[in-house]
Amino acid sequence: MSEPISALNHASYDGIAKVAECGLQGMITLRGDLSDKVLAKSVKDATGQKVPGQREASVNGDTGVCWMSPDELLVLVPYSEVNAKLAQMTETLSGIHALAVNVSDARAVFCVSGSSAREVMGKLAPVDLSADAFQPGQIRRSRLAQVAGAFWMDDAETFRVVCFRSVADYAFKLLKVAAQPGSEVGVY
Amino acid sequence: MLILNCPYCGVDVEETELAAGGEAHLKRFGPGASDDEFHDYLFMRENPKGVHFERWRHVNGCGKWFHAARATDTLEVFGTYSAQTTEPPKEIREAITAKRPGWTWREFE
Ligand SMILES: [Zn+2]
Repeated sequence: MSEPISALNHASYDGIAKVAECGLQGMITLRGDLSDKVLAKSVKDATGQKVPGQREASVNGDTGVCWMSPDELLVLVPYSEVNAKLAQMTETLSGIHALAVNVSDARAVFCVSGSSAREVMGKLAPVDLSADAFQPGQIRRSRLAQVAGAFWMDDAETFRVVCFRSVADYAFKLLKVAAQPGSEVGVY
Repeated sequence: MLILNCPYCGVDVEETELAAGGEAHLKRFGPGASDDEFHDYLFMRENPKGVHFERWRHVNGCGKWFHAARATDTLEVFGTYSAQTTEPPKEIREAITAKRPGWTWREFE
């Protein structure tokens, strides 16, 4: 078995915010009826978390669960555990109409941190990122310039950004440009 | 810039996060329909100056389709609502009536 390597293998950049590719992250897309108790159990067993409400993200480091749509969740687990967690979820979900798929290798994850992190993200996504509107515990699916991306906040100055692996290089370049030294806007 | 509230995400999103899906509430007639009915389903569209109903998709977001009621002449948005309906819900129609008394659109008023 060859050794898995993330899209940009921990590339990083320091500007008005620090931009870093986070490396491998286990990700399972789960679709089904989010009010189903069996589905909730599969999420709890995999992550220790409850099913999140609309636009909520309950994430602790590389483990957690994010609301993606009224019938879709993104389950985060350590990359090394994703196959075992998926097998367990599939087993739990066998009696209900639901689908869990390992999408870990289809995605790239970035970390954008620092006091200007909100500004860097705000340059790329058409989203109100003021502290009043967006806080840790929330997720937003949107776009980063021309590609789809989702993000949540680990803490008040740190964003976790997810995009497709195929556009990881584009997304990293976007984030670097948005984080160029001297490019503070001073809005947030 | 058009800003619509995605009824699934419950968040105001701007046009660049959305994909336009054309006119809402088109009726596709069933098997055995006449050529005229199929022709109208395919080609005949409203082109109002004023109240209009459209389909939109939150493509850079939840990915869901929804409906929007808005005015083509002012870009005013009367409301958005679920795609799981064949006609504008009562509260949307009332919201339009409050602003545009006497409006009509296809068979709705
Ligand atoms: Zn949405």
